[in-house]
Amino acid sequence: MIEFELNGRRVALSADPATPLLWALRDHLAMTGTKFGCGMALCGACTVHLDGAAIRSCVTPLSAVAGRKVRTIEAMEDDAVGRAVQKAWIEHDVVQCGYCQSGQIMSAVELLKRTPQPSDEDIVAALSGNLCRCGTYQRIKAAVHAAARELAA
Amino acid sequence: MRYEALMQRLAQMPGEPQPVGGLVLSRREFLKLSAGAAFALGLYTVPAAAAEAGQASKPSEMPDAFIAVHGDGGIVIQVNRLEFGQGVYTALPMLLAEEFDGDWALVRPHLAPAGDAYKDPFMGMQMTGGSMSVKNSWLQYRELGARARAMFVAAAARRWGASPAACRTRNSVVLGPGGRHASYGELAAAAMAEAVPEQVTLKAARDFVLIGKPTRRLDSPAKVNGREQYGLDVHLPGMKTVLLAKPPVFGGKLGRWDAAAARKVPGVVDVFPVPLDRGAGGLAVVAEGFWPAHQGRRALQVQWDTAGLEKVDSARQLAHYRELAGTPGLVARDDDISALDKAMHRLRAEYEFPYLAHAPMEVLNCTLHYHGDRCDIWVGTQFQTMDQMAAAKVLGLKPEQVAIHTQMAGGGFGRRAVPTSDYVAEAAAVAKSWRAAGHGEPIKVMWTREDDLHGGYYRPAYLHRVDIGFNGSGRIMGWKHMVVGQSIAAGTAMAPFLMKNGIDHLVVEGIVDTPYRLPMRLEVHQPEVNVPVLWWRSVGNTHTAYVMETLIDELAQQSGQDPVAYRKELMQNRHPRHVAALDLAVARSGYGRRKLPKDHAWGVAVHEAFGSVVAYVVEAALDNGRPRLLKATAGVHCNLAVNPLTVRAQVEGAALMALSTTLPDNAITFEDGVVQQDNFNTYQIARMDAMPEVDVHIVPSADPPTGMGEPGLPPLAPAYANAIARLTGKRLRRLPFDLA
Ligand code: FES
Ligand code: FES
Repeated sequence: MIEFELNGRRVALSADPATPLLWALRDHLAMTGTKFGCGMALCGACTVHLDGAAIRSCVTPLSAVAGRKVRTIEAMEDDAVGRAVQKAWIEHDVVQCGYCQSGQIMSAVELLKRTPQPSDEDIVAALSGNLCRCGTYQRIKAAVHAAARELAA
Repeated sequence: MRYEALMQRLAQMPGEPQPVGGLVLSRREFLKLSAGAAFALGLYTVPAAAAEAGQASKPSEMPDAFIAVHGDGGIVIQVNRLEFGQGVYTALPMLLAEEFDGDWALVRPHLAPAGDAYKDPFMGMQMTGGSMSVKNSWLQYRELGARARAMFVAAAARRWGASPAACRTRNSVVLGPGGRHASYGELAAAAMAEAVPEQVTLKAARDFVLIGKPTRRLDSPAKVNGREQYGLDVHLPGMKTVLLAKPPVFGGKLGRWDAAAARKVPGVVDVFPVPLDRGAGGLAVVAEGFWPAHQGRRALQVQWDTAGLEKVDSARQLAHYRELAGTPGLVARDDDISALDKAMHRLRAEYEFPYLAHAPMEVLNCTLHYHGDRCDIWVGTQFQTMDQMAAAKVLGLKPEQVAIHTQMAGGGFGRRAVPTSDYVAEAAAVAKSWRAAGHGEPIKVMWTREDDLHGGYYRPAYLHRVDIGFNGSGRIMGWKHMVVGQSIAAGTAMAPFLMKNGIDHLVVEGIVDTPYRLPMRLEVHQPEVNVPVLWWRSVGNTHTAYVMETLIDELAQQSGQDPVAYRKELMQNRHPRHVAALDLAVARSGYGRRKLPKDHAWGVAVHEAFGSVVAYVVEAALDNGRPRLLKATAGVHCNLAVNPLTVRAQVEGAALMALSTTLPDNAITFEDGVVQQDNFNTYQIARMDAMPEVDVHIVPSADPPTGMGEPGLPPLAPAYANAIARLTGKRLRRLPFDLA
C-alpha cells in the first residue's frame, strides 16, 4: 500500500511499487489529464508536480512518491498561477490538438512559481523538454509572458 | 463511394468556384429528428444512383442530426470531421451558426459518430484529410444553419400571426414586428413542427458576423484543464489494456513463442496470437492497465519468422534508387526539352528524402466493446467509413452493426487515415479472439511510442534527379526530372482513382503542375518496397516543393536575378494567387527594403497545395557557424479565411513541422528490415529552442475557402534552405540537412 497526497487529498494504492506514477494516475485513479507520449522522459506530456517540482511521471515509480505531494493538471484550476496560465492559454488560442498541453502547462506553472518574470531564455530552458508536434511553441511563449504579467499586476 | 470525386479532390484541383448566396439546393433530403432535444435537424445527401432509381433511404434509417437546440437555448452542432488540432471543432460550427444566427456563446460542438449523414458531401465517405474540411463543408454547414433558422422564424411568425418576412434573427433570438421577440430555446419545440424549407438564401459575405472573424477555439477550456477526453483516455468498466507484440520486419509471422513468464506478471490476464496488418502475425498481451501489459510484453519469448521477406536497408535502397534513376521510367509529363542539350548553362542536382513518421503526440489506440452481434468502437480516426467497414469485416458484422464513436485525437497528420485501417482492424482482431476466449469486457488496444515509430505507414523515401539547361538570363530551355520512390496509392482502394497510366499523382504533385512556365520531361519509378507508406501532412508536396523551390532559387542566383522577381517572371501573370501571397510575404517581411545584419540572409519560397498558396520569406543566420531559422513571414492565399486565428495557427504549426524535417535525426532508416529509431531520442522532432518567429498574413478574399491544414508546410524547408545557400554557398540536397 503506497500512500501519497494527490491534489490535496490522501490516496492509498495497492499497486506494484514499480508502477510509474503516470499509469497509477491514469489506470488506477482514472485521472487521464496527465498524458502518455513516450514513456522515457523524452516528451514531457506526463509532467506533474512532485513537492512542487516538475517531474516526468512516466519514469517516476510509485514507490518514489510515497508520503509526498503530487499535483496534476486537474488541480490547476485551484491554483492562482495555474488559473493565470490556463487563462493566458485560452486567450492566446495556444492549443491545437492539445495533447501535449497538460504537460506544457505543468512545466509553465512550475517555471512561474520559481521565476515569476521569466525571460524568453528561461521559458525555452524550462519548456524544451515538452514536445509539441503541432508546433504551438510560439504561442506558449507569448502565453507564459502574459500569465507572468497578469500575476504581477 | 464516389471515387472520381475523391480523385479530383486528392489531385488537389484548385478550389473550384462555388456559388455564394441565393443558392438553390437540389437532391437533398432534410430530416427532423428529436433525440432528446427540443429541435433537431439532419441532412441527408441522396446518393445519385439511389435517387435516380427512386430508392433513397427513408428518414427513419438516417438517425443523424447536425443541429439540435435544447430548451435552455444550447445549440449542439455535430462536427462530421475528426478534430486533431486543425480547428474544425470551431470552424464548422462557425459556418452553421453564422447562417442560423445562433448565439456563439451557446454553441456546443460534438464530434459526430460514423454515419451516412456525416459523409463528406463531395467524397461520399466520412473522412478528414486533404485539407478539405472547411472547403467541402462550406455550403453544407451554412445551408443547414439557414434551414434551421427559417424554421425558427416560421415558428415565431406563426405564434405572433406575423409574416416571416417581417421577422429578423440575431443571436438566437427572433425579432418580430412591434418589438416582439422570442429566444430560440423557447421556440425550439414549435420550430420542430415547421416544414423544412426547400430553398434557402445564404448570407452575402458582407453580412457575416462570425465567418472571417478571428474566433477562439471552442476546445481550449477542456484542453487546458485536463478534462478533454482523447481516445487514449477512454475508460469503461472492466476495460483491459492490450499491447501487441509485432514482428521486427513488416509482414513477419509468429514463430515459436512462450508466454509462461508473461502470464506470471501480476495483472496480465491473457496472451494469445492475433493476425496483424499486411498478413503478419503477433501476440496480444491483455492486462489490467498499461504497466502489467508492458511488463508482460517484455517477458514474452518469441521467435519471428521473417524468411522470404524483403529486408530493407536504407543505404542499399539509396544505391538502388540511384540506379533506377538512370533508367527510363514512366512518363508523367512530356514537353519538348530538345533545347536542353544546347543550353548555355547546366544545373544537375540529386536530392534525397528519408522515410518520415507522423509521430502524433497521442499514440495510436482503439477501444472496442464487442458484443457478438454488434461492436462499439472508440477511436480517433480520419477515416470513419473505411474503419467501420474494416472492423465489420474482421468481426463478421455488417457495417451498421459497428458503431464508431469518434474521439478527439492528439494529432494525426495523415496517420489516422489508413486505407488498410491497420490499427482499427488489428484491434478488432484482438476483440474477436478475446471474445472467442470467453471474455466480455471492453479492451483498449494501444501503441507505445516505439510501436508508433516501428509501425510503418511512413512518408516514403524519395530520390530526385534533375537536369536543367538554361541561358544567361535564366531562361529555362529544358527541365529533365526523375523521381524515384514508392507510390502511396498503389495497392489501395484509391489506386484506380489516384493513379493515371500507372503514375501515382501523390508522387508527382507539386512538380507536374508547377506554376512556372518551363519545358519539362518528368519521369517516375515507383518501386515496390516492403515498407508500408502513407500520406503525411501535405503528402507529395513534402518533397516536391523542396526540390522545385530550391532549384528555381538556384537558377535565380546563378543568373544573377532577384529570387522574387525571377519567380514572378516565370509565372507569367498566370498565377495571381501565388503572386499575391508572395507579395504579401515580401511586404510584411521587409525583404528588399530592410538591410540584414552580417551573417543573416533572406530565403524565399512559394507553393500551392490543396488549392491554397503559401509563400514564405524567411530570415536565417549563422550562429557559431551553424545556420538557424530566426523568422518566417508567411503570405497565405486560402480565399476567404473562415477563422483567421486558426489559419495562422495552422501555418505556425506546419512551419514548425517542416522545420523538424531539416533537423538532425528526423528520419526513419532501416537495417536488415528493422527500423533503427525507437523513441524521441533517436527520432527527433523540433523542440521549443528551434522555434522561429512565425508571422502569418492572409490575403483578403471573398472567394469560397480553400483548406489550410497542410499548405503551410511545403514551402518552409526550401525557403530556409535558400537562405542557408546564401549564407554558406552550400545547396542542401538531402533532408534532414547535413550541416557537418
Ligand atoms: S510520457 Fe513521460 S516524458 Fe514522455
Ligand atoms: S498541441 Fe498537439 S502536440 Fe501540442
